[in-house]
Amino acid sequence: MEIKLWLNGKAVRDDVSPDMPLLEFLRKQGMYSVKRGCETSGCGLCSVLVEGKPVLSCTYPLMRADGTHITTLEGLEKEAEEFGAFLADEGADQCGFCNPGFIINVIAMTRELENPDEEDIKEYLAGNLCRCTGFMGQLRAVKKYIEHKRSEGRGE
Amino acid sequence: MYKCTGYVFPESMEEAYKLNQKKSNKIIAGGGWLKLGSRQYATLIDLSRLGLDEIYEDEECFKIGAMVSLRQLETHEGLNLYTQGAIKESLKHIVGVQFRNSATIGGSIYGRFGFSDVLTMLMALDGFAGLYKGGSVPLEDFAKMKYDRDILSAVTIRKQKNIKTVYSSFRNQSTDFPVLACAMSLSEGKIRTALGARPARAEVITAELPTDIDRFANETANSFAYGGNMRASAEYRRHIAYVLIKRNAEILAGGKAYGD
Repeated sequence: MEIKLWLNGKAVRDDVSPDMPLLEFLRKQGMYSVKRGCETSGCGLCSVLVEGKPVLSCTYPLMRADGTHITTLEGLEKEAEEFGAFLADEGADQCGFCNPGFIINVIAMTRELENPDEEDIKEYLAGNLCRCTGFMGQLRAVKKYIEHKRSEGRGE
Repeated sequence: MYKCTGYVFPESMEEAYKLNQKKSNKIIAGGGWLKLGSRQYATLIDLSRLGLDEIYEDEECFKIGAMVSLRQLETHEGLNLYTQGAIKESLKHIVGVQFRNSATIGGSIYGRFGFSDVLTMLMALDGFAGLYKGGSVPLEDFAKMKYDRDILSAVTIRKQKNIKTVYSSFRNQSTDFPVLACAMSLSEGKIRTALGARPARAEVITAELPTDIDRFANETANSFAYGGNMRASAEYRRHIAYVLIKRNAEILAGGKAYGD
């Protein structure tokens, strides 16, 4: 079936099988930041934004994405680099496989929530699993990144 | 992962209903449950272009469209005000924000899953399933019905004055399915206790507001049936039920009601 959507701002048209997961479609388009980390909609590694909302691309029906705007980490290079530096500074990541999905959801959180506290952060990011670490470095990085965004907003 | 050869967006409920009469076709809601299976379908019927993705609130009721996402319900101000935040509590432990952005009320309720937090919560609120052909059916009856080829289009909650609501669940691990889910509401001296994840489908029991909460918790917990599975034994669940019912009843006995 034919599908047309906007991928990171570019119009994409393709002929697909209607049972193809959005995840496979995105990887076929060269978006290799989108990873499959589980088979049970439980790890958060395949997170992408559909019309600005974070969803699991392994689960979201591809045909439903027809006509929508999809953003992967490849389309958020500047923000990803900015937050990535905070992750690195805290020594948060080890193998890095879960980073793209995690960063997508951190970006979605900072866009959706105003001044999230630690509980809000944990709640929003609970669906992003990392099997190397204990999330403490990530939490420090997220807090420092939010503080950095706030001070930027205040024009400091 | 499921397989399918066709995928349609019906333009009316009647069209969706007709397509759904064919046994090899299937309605796809959020897709989260279908994805876990490996069934082969002819045509998947997508209800996402029928305007079923909104929550309407008026003086009398809330009407939640079948394609409203769990996240929409979780963040709905009116429903959280009405339930003293119980709605949010019942949803925020389900997988993650990304999952809840695509999982739908229709999928959760139609599925009548034993593990369902959503079914447990909405049953305690005395919700009604709105079926395209079957009309309005109380959720406690809907939960007992067999799967048929009708379509769930909405869930309605009739507002009750001065209602108090509380929700709690017990999980072995954050974001996992619940070991037990307990939703309770108090309105006009009557307590509704809905227990889900026993691990069977949620059921509800109504009783007078008790004076002895400990005894009430014990008796109520004993009046449900429990089963064991990989997450917990039946005995363990019965004990957790007693604890959650007691805690929830204590919260209902104090605190503020909707409209206070």
